[in-house]
Amino acid sequence: MLSDRRPILLTNARIVDPSRDSDFVGDLLIADGVIRDAKRGIGAAGVPEGTEIIDCRDKVVAPGLIDMRAFVGEPGAEYRETLATASQAAAAGGVTTIVMRPDTVPAIDEPAMVDFVLRRARDTAIVHVHPMAAITKGLKGQEMTEFGLLRAAGAVAFSDADRSVTNAQVMRRALTYARDFDALIVHHTEDPDLVGDGVMNEGEFSARLGLIGAPKAAETVMLERDMRLVALAGARYHAASLTCAESLDVLRRAKDMGAPVTASCSINHLALNEIDVGSYRTFCKVVPPLRAEEDRAAMVQAVASGLVDVVVSDHDPQDVETKRLPFEEAAPGAIGIETMLVAGLRLVHNREVGLLALLRALSTRPAELLGLPGGTLRPGSVADVVVVDLDMPWVLDPEDLKSKCKNTPFDEARLQGRVVRTIVAGRTVYEFV
Amino acid sequence: MTSAPQTSFVLNQRHLLGIEGLSRDDIVGLLDRAEHFVEDNRQINKKHSTLQGRTQINLFFEASTRTQSSFELAGKRLGADVMNMSVNSSSMRKGETLIDTAITLNAMRPDLLVVRHHASGAVELLARKVDCSVINAGDGAHEHPTQALLDALTIRRNKGRIERLIVTICGDILHSRVARSNIILLNALGARVRVVAPSTLLPPGIERFGVEVFRDMREGLRDADIVMMLRLQRERMSGSFVPSSQEYFHYFGLDERKLAYAKPDALVMHPGPMNRGVEIASSVADGAQSVIREQVEIGVAVRMAALEALAQNFPNA
Repeated sequence: MLSDRRPILLTNARIVDPSRDSDFVGDLLIADGVIRDAKRGIGAAGVPEGTEIIDCRDKVVAPGLIDMRAFVGEPGAEYRETLATASQAAAAGGVTTIVMRPDTVPAIDEPAMVDFVLRRARDTAIVHVHPMAAITKGLKGQEMTEFGLLRAAGAVAFSDADRSVTNAQVMRRALTYARDFDALIVHHTEDPDLVGDGVMNEGEFSARLGLIGAPKAAETVMLERDMRLVALAGARYHAASLTCAESLDVLRRAKDMGAPVTASCSINHLALNEIDVGSYRTFCKVVPPLRAEEDRAAMVQAVASGLVDVVVSDHDPQDVETKRLPFEEAAPGAIGIETMLVAGLRLVHNREVGLLALLRALSTRPAELLGLPGGTLRPGSVADVVVVDLDMPWVLDPEDLKSKCKNTPFDEARLQGRVVRTIVAGRTVYEFV
Repeated sequence: MTSAPQTSFVLNQRHLLGIEGLSRDDIVGLLDRAEHFVEDNRQINKKHSTLQGRTQINLFFEASTRTQSSFELAGKRLGADVMNMSVNSSSMRKGETLIDTAITLNAMRPDLLVVRHHASGAVELLARKVDCSVINAGDGAHEHPTQALLDALTIRRNKGRIERLIVTICGDILHSRVARSNIILLNALGARVRVVAPSTLLPPGIERFGVEVFRDMREGLRDADIVMMLRLQRERMSGSFVPSSQEYFHYFGLDERKLAYAKPDALVMHPGPMNRGVEIASSVADGAQSVIREQVEIGVAVRMAALEALAQNFPNA
């Protein structure tokens, strides 16, 4: 282990560090798992003996990505993804930290489960893995979990995954209790009654396809409720999956009032819209559903401005059996941890969002919200680093993906930009050759 | 039978419904009388004649062992005829209202009604409908005056004073009548009162009750002279107000490590019944600093003082 942790010097790189708003050409020195220096002209002369020197001319060096929401099937759904395969997919996508959803089987709702996942990740994963724990026992929305003991065991946040806590009293108490432990509540905001049997965004397009729609209001209603509850309880709250302009209005109002509220958006809702469902493509069936183009554009704008803090992959591996079905019967979910950065670069190339803003939402902000190391290239911090070729053109072949499942909405897509190296704690865990 | 002492204290009101409404002198007067009864109760002959010929009815709408038996003994030692009524099992089940029950009992001409009810304000409502004196033995999450008085006397007997002592009340403040009565009484006597609880077990606006509020037990216990633990009911510890009894004990249960933050001679109190291993460790409950058993003893004396004080106002007394 230690032998392949010899020092690394990344030279002539475009060093982009959103934690310091900096973007300059220079060198980055890594030793003992830590970033030693990041400045112009360290050069080969100024490094320890045995340093691996890597020329990064025309490439971007940035903090490794922190994916704040990914489904890993371990334990309970190892046929969909294991900690090992998820971490390999992550490394190939420049993701150095996975934050796991708690809806494993059994759910991560007690300290022993947190411990199990952390031990398995230590033994099998090649990137950092941190579990979120459930807000309520068994994700049932009724009784809160042991926030204090779970946090002490290593849960970085609390979430009922893709379920909303519909009982406002339960949510209020959870928020109230969470405040005492400074726990972050990450909440999926979708009123299940209003979603009903909806399988895609409600509107003209769903009407033409003859599919039952889920209205945007299902999201906004729940978010509005949560903002009132946060005002009562004062806990740190993170809206897990915003998708539409109306939700952004609610979020902006809460932030303007100084509420401890943040939000994330999945890469799917930034890179795709309801039209991508096309002729019933089940790989584009996600929760919440892909929205109209105006909403997608508004979400991207919100990432650019920082109103939406975090971009997540919402990685959700589904095997062929659950996807090769009529649209309304197919399981929702798309893999994304491997393509998140590249899909984001599409927005950068289209000048919809700046590189610094995108990387901030993919690394610095999640680190801050979860209290994790990383998300920065500041000397002294952990050497979680990604090297990216912004321009390399390629066509995505699902068979090349590391994930166990191949349900990517970007299959056969022409992409521009590629992760060429991923470094976790000073060790190269992925290299594109 | 010993005769009624000349020094008996007169409470200038017909009922004892709460600590709220008592003056500082009222409280001290009751404590002083109770102090005498503590000694009397340690004699072979514990009987007084103050309430001879009087009828006391203990009317309990909520199950209680220790409070009910404490009031029963207190009444009997003062010479009253005491009758216990547990309403769980009788007429309320048959649909009779609280006021109907009051009117019915009133017709039997009791002199004292000792009432416990699960609804806040119910004892006061009942008191308005009867001609006798009423003692509140606990109404909902509102008041439990004799508990606060016995706590105060326990503190005073052990510490010699109440003024300027730091008293930390820990646990389910939200649902606790004991906490409310104690906060009022201890403030009236000049103690510094703190409360410690998770936010889910603190009532809104608690900081305006004249207490310092803590959510971390170690901070709340720092330099405390008195540690008063409250009972956490089982139905509240499985995810509704706190996640589990294990987590509650970990952060808010009184064990030796947490108690070490209080003064070395701090007293440990609990109104009972205790959940060992939930809000208090057995080693602390039974330890050298615990005065929990003494609280029970003093409870009888305090209730005798309360009954006697009200009896001074009886017509034809």
